[in-house]
Order: sequence, then C-alpha cells, then structure tokens
Amino acid sequence: MKAIFKRELNSYFTSLIGYIFLTAFYAASGVLFGITAVSTSSLDGLLYMTSDMSTMFTLLFYVLMVLIPILTMRTISEDMKNKTDQCLLTAPISLTSLVVGKYLAALVVYAMGVAATFVYAIVLNFFVEVQWLEVMGNIVGLLLIGAAFIAICMFVSSLTENQVIAAVGGFAAILCMYLISSIASLINVNWIANILYELSVVTRYTYFTYGIFDFSNVLFFVSMVVVFLFLTVRVIERRRWS
Amino acid sequence: MIEVKNLCKSYGDKLAVDNISFEAHNGEILGFLGPNGAGKSTTMNILTGYLSSTSGEAYINGKEILEEPLLAKKEIGYLPEFPPLYLDMTVKEYLNFMYELKGCKIPKNTHLQEICELVKIEEVYNRLIKNLSKGYKQRVGLAQALVGNPNVLILDEPTVGLDPKQIIEIRTLIKKLGKNHTVILSSHILSEVQAVCDRIVIINNGKIIADDTADNLSNTLTADHKLVARIDGPREEVIKVISSIPGVVSVLADMQREKGVWEYNIEAVEGTDIRRELNKRLSARNWYIMGLKPSELTLEDIFLRLTMGESVDEFMNQKAESMDVKSLNSHGEAKA
Repeated sequence: MKAIFKRELNSYFTSLIGYIFLTAFYAASGVLFGITAVSTSSLDGLLYMTSDMSTMFTLLFYVLMVLIPILTMRTISEDMKNKTDQCLLTAPISLTSLVVGKYLAALVVYAMGVAATFVYAIVLNFFVEVQWLEVMGNIVGLLLIGAAFIAICMFVSSLTENQVIAAVGGFAAILCMYLISSIASLINVNWIANILYELSVVTRYTYFTYGIFDFSNVLFFVSMVVVFLFLTVRVIERRRWS
Repeated sequence: MIEVKNLCKSYGDKLAVDNISFEAHNGEILGFLGPNGAGKSTTMNILTGYLSSTSGEAYINGKEILEEPLLAKKEIGYLPEFPPLYLDMTVKEYLNFMYELKGCKIPKNTHLQEICELVKIEEVYNRLIKNLSKGYKQRVGLAQALVGNPNVLILDEPTVGLDPKQIIEIRTLIKKLGKNHTVILSSHILSEVQAVCDRIVIINNGKIIADDTADNLSNTLTADHKLVARIDGPREEVIKVISSIPGVVSVLADMQREKGVWEYNIEAVEGTDIRRELNKRLSARNWYIMGLKPSELTLEDIFLRLTMGESVDEFMNQKAESMDVKSLNSHGEAKA
C-alpha cells in the first residue's frame, strides 16, 4: 500500500494533474473567499466584511463538483489502459490495499487544496475575530465531502479505460448527488422522498457550513467512502472473473 | 515448481483454455508454443493471478493461486505480453517502485544493480521509460520480473521487439536463469522455443496437443524409413519402379525441382532400408538420384501437423499437385 501511495502521489506531480488541481482549487477558493468575506463594501462583496466564511465553504461545493473528477479520472482507468494493472494485480498485495493506496494519494492532494482555507482563516483573523470552531467544522466538512466524492469518482474511474469518460462520469455522479434533494422534493410518495432526503449530500454538507457538527453526518460521509472503495475493489475483482 | 491441474477459462461461451494440465519443475525451462490466440497468454495470466480460472487449480511452489494469492504471487516474476511500465517514471524510480510493491527484503541497491547488469540496462537507468526504445522497454519489463529474486519466472513472448543480437542475449540470459528457476516462456517462434527450452508444451485452441522434450517431439514424428529423393527420370515410370521395390508402402511425387527432376516422398515399411535397392534399380535404367535424405520433420512441420491434424497432408498434396499441373503444362507447351 505504501509503495502504491508513494507512486501515485509522485505521479500527481509529474503528470501536472496535481498542479492543475491545486492551482484551480486555490484560485477558485481564493476568489470565493475574496468576494464572500473580505470585501469592504457591500457593493463588491456578496457578504460584506464578515468573519463568517461559511458562504465560501458552501460555494466550494460547486468547485469540487468540477475539480474532483479531474483529480481522480486517471486513478484506475490509466492503469487499465497502459496495462500497468498487470504488475499491480500480480504483485503480492491485496486489491484493497491497492485501491486504498490510490485513494489516499488522491485524498492527500485534495487535503493540500483544502489546507488553503485554513490559511484564509488565519488571514481573516488579522482583521476580525474568527469563530475558530466553526471554521474547523467547515474544514472537516469540506474534507469529508471531498473524501466521499473522491471515492465515488474513483469508482467511476474503475469502470472505464477512458479517462475522459471517467471524468465526465464522475461529474455526472456528483451532479446526481447534488440533485438528489431536488428530485426528492418532486416525489409525492413520502417514504421514497424521505429516503432521498436522507441521502442528500448537499443537505448534510450544509449542516457543516452552518457550524453544526453532527456526528451522524460524519458517519454518513465516512460510510460513503467505505462503500465506494468496496465497490471499486469489487469492480476490479469482477474483471478477473469475466 | 508449477503444477497446473485441469485448468479451464471461458469468456462467455468461448472456451479460451480447455482443461489444461502440466507441470514445470525447478531448473526447467518450459516452452509454451502455439499460434496467436491459442490461449498462451490467458494461461499465463491465470498462473500469475491476473485472471482467475473458471475451474481447475494452479499451484506455484505448492501454493494455490486463488486460495493463497499473496503467498503464491510472492514466488512469481511475470513479464506480460506488453511490459507493464509506467511511462512517466525513470527506470530507477520504476524498479524502486516494483521493489517496494513486492515488499522485498534483499538489500535494495545491490539487488537492483545486479538486475540491471544482468539485463543490461545500466546505461538507461536514469532515463524516462517513455523515451526508451522497444528493446529497452522489453528489458526493463524483464528486469521488473526479476526484482525480488522470484523462484518462478513467467515470460510472455520475452524476445518480441528485440533485434537479433538482443534476442541472443536475452535467450542466453533465460537459459542461465533456467538453471535455478522454474521458467515458463511463451512464443510462437518455434526456433526460439527449440533453442531455449528443455520441454515444449504445444497448445492450440486452448488445448494441449503435445507435451514433450524438443528432441522427443521430433523423434516421434520423424522416421528413418521415410525418404525424400530427387530423381532425374520420367515421373510416372519412376513411381512405378519405386513402388515395385519390396517394402515400399507409398510413393508420392512432390514437385519438379529442376528440369526433369522431381522430388518424391517415399515411405517404406518401418525398419526397412530401401536406399541400396533404390540406387540399384534406378541406375539400371539410367535415372539418377540427385538427392536423398530421410524426411525429418522440423518443429515447423510438427507444429503444423499437430495444429492442423491430418489435413496438413492433404493441404500439402493439393499444393504440390497444383504446382505439378502448372509445371507439366509449361513443359508440354515447350515441347509443342
């Protein structure tokens, strides 16, 4: 697992994808931070001069929607296409450690992006008093939802050899997740609507941005990660049997 | 030591590997021979745990590949048909990665250096794999298989893409490795298998059709009572004369090799030597033997014979006859 993790992490920064992801993430979050928190006039800022960063975190969701599929599109499809999966799958390591190693590498790159939001909070702290607990809760929420999206997109990547399809598929999957609560509101059958509401990642993420740290929401995202990593392992395993 | 028992693999309805069983012992180089699509790569992929079999067992040093995959895989070095190389890494990074991936315990630097010397890739050690030639890529693939000193080496067409000099080098290397490893090597080049392997398994349509040493294989299919003779003389009469020699079972005119000289395939009863009698009778009629040799089957012939079955004779005869007709026609025209 360590070998895979190291190689994957290195390859993010030899293949430019890591740099592109981080640049785009820093730029997008920086702009969002600028227009939602530090603007001095109500005219050129959405939320005036405020110590509240939660709007930035809410809007970062849309950034993740685009950027995470790009980060993860090559994880498994590239190996299949270049046949390098042959050396990974014939090496004495379990499929789970292979998938987890790749997952952790993507997660670390993502965390490097999220770390910037912490810097913003420090910067903000020079001007106004920052609600540190709330910011921390937000960062954890952002990490968790990203972790779940990475797992989903990695699963999509394991389904195809084509990186573009993996990226578009990942985007579509996250879009579905995003739309789940809207779909739920259109359904008249109560129990189905309730199930869909429960599955809505947006609602759960919004709780974090409100500063509500609900452990069940943490559990929800963690279990999403586990489920999709498990499914990824099964997809790779199934390919051996077909 | 590799033991394969009743291995089957089907893709949907298509049976790619059909009930294969064989063994390869330590210190033995086993050649896997077969036309493209015969099931060689599939079998190798099953042995290395990349694919799983539909039924049957494969033991690598006593460990079943599906039941104890991690232990079994530790014993194997695998060079697939397309070397599994990360193009964005240097050779050094790649071999280090493989070293860690396989969880090796041997001192790293000396081990990797040894391997590089063995497959002769020291001069490209710090270059990106992307920029290497096909031959070097192939050798880095081989180096990767050797990392960790696995006891069993499975090499899928190891000499593809190499130039003749490199082919000889790699063959020598494989022979050397074969002394203390179990090596399985696949190829569709017969001379290669003949040159390197102790034992040959011929596989076609997913089935093993022969499993023997190279010499035995040609012995079973060759016979000293079969002759190929080139005789200068009128075709029909020559056939009649030869047929009348006691012990001759069949005479078949092949094609006209020189003007007026035909090649004949003569088969006699086993254990009889008809060469002297043949000489005597032909010279009595002033016909000359221009060439005479026992019809020895090369591996190519064996291969064709085994993969095409009896139809190979028909195929060859048809070809010979059609050529005969042509040459006779031209002969006739010349006379007219």
